[in-house]
Amino acid sequence: MRLSPDEMIFWQYGLFKLNGTIVFTWALMVVLAAGSKLITRKLFTGLERSRWQSLLEIVVTGIEKQIEDVGLRHPKKYIGFLGTLFLFVALASLCTIIPGYEPPTGSLSTTAALALCVLVAVPFFGIREQGLGGYLKSYVEPTAIMLPFNIISEISRTLALAVRLFGNMMSGTMILAILLTITPFIFPIAMSVLGLLTGMVQAYIFSILAAVYIASATRVRKPTPESDAER
Amino acid sequence: MDSITLIAMASIVTAGLTIALGSIGPALGEGRAVATALSSLAQQPDSATTITRTLFVGLAMIESIAIYCFVVSMILIFANPFWNHIIAQAAGK
Repeated sequence: MRLSPDEMIFWQYGLFKLNGTIVFTWALMVVLAAGSKLITRKLFTGLERSRWQSLLEIVVTGIEKQIEDVGLRHPKKYIGFLGTLFLFVALASLCTIIPGYEPPTGSLSTTAALALCVLVAVPFFGIREQGLGGYLKSYVEPTAIMLPFNIISEISRTLALAVRLFGNMMSGTMILAILLTITPFIFPIAMSVLGLLTGMVQAYIFSILAAVYIASATRVRKPTPESDAER
Repeated sequence: MDSITLIAMASIVTAGLTIALGSIGPALGEGRAVATALSSLAQQPDSATTITRTLFVGLAMIESIAIYCFVVSMILIFANPFWNHIIAQAAGK
């Protein structure tokens, strides 16, 4: 019973292993990057735009609106990071339709790496918005006694992100594998549809939670002329 | 009863109990969350998107508790360190 795509070894040379996680991650990266590059080679405005360009525009404007709803002003600053998170996890779970494919997010290494990216990104965006002093001061809000609790909550949030995504993806593939040995035809198809749904929801949850953490780190603490003019 | 039997029995029983007891709390919590979300949707249909989005985020956080229990139970069944240790010991003898 294979617990994760880490155990599918495609090629091995001494200590260097090419396992399923690495191969599928790179395949997804190639699809996303090469596909986008091909589609955006020639951009049109107006009626000549191709349907692929419309598809990308729908995706990008949809993500921008979601980021703005969470409370991050100027979503263009964050859409590179948050949009990539969403698209990678969503495509990883969408491709389970392809036979022989195992989602790389079903391995704890991938989800831990993504969660660590969020852990690094939150202070990065926070310091960029508020300066080093302003960001560090947020750790002693509301009182200085809360400092260890704030630090612990940062770490446990990251851990929860990683384990949540890993658990959902791994359980989907494992249930499918178990059911295939019991009832070969109808029930596994229903379960794989459920797996697709939970994969999409988990992709959305991962990126929205990352957006919420970044929003709480970049929250304006003093009223600025910009926010006063908006009111 | 020797150690191998004892470890196997404890692992299997604990794995079953973990996931059984661990799914009760999250299921009840999710039920309450969806019920409250539905009643607030009925009261204010205009903010449907906000309510739905917040509901999904909340459900994911509640679900992760059940996922933690599931992961512990999978570890006990498939990647059990005590079992691996005792089997390695028995094979080495």
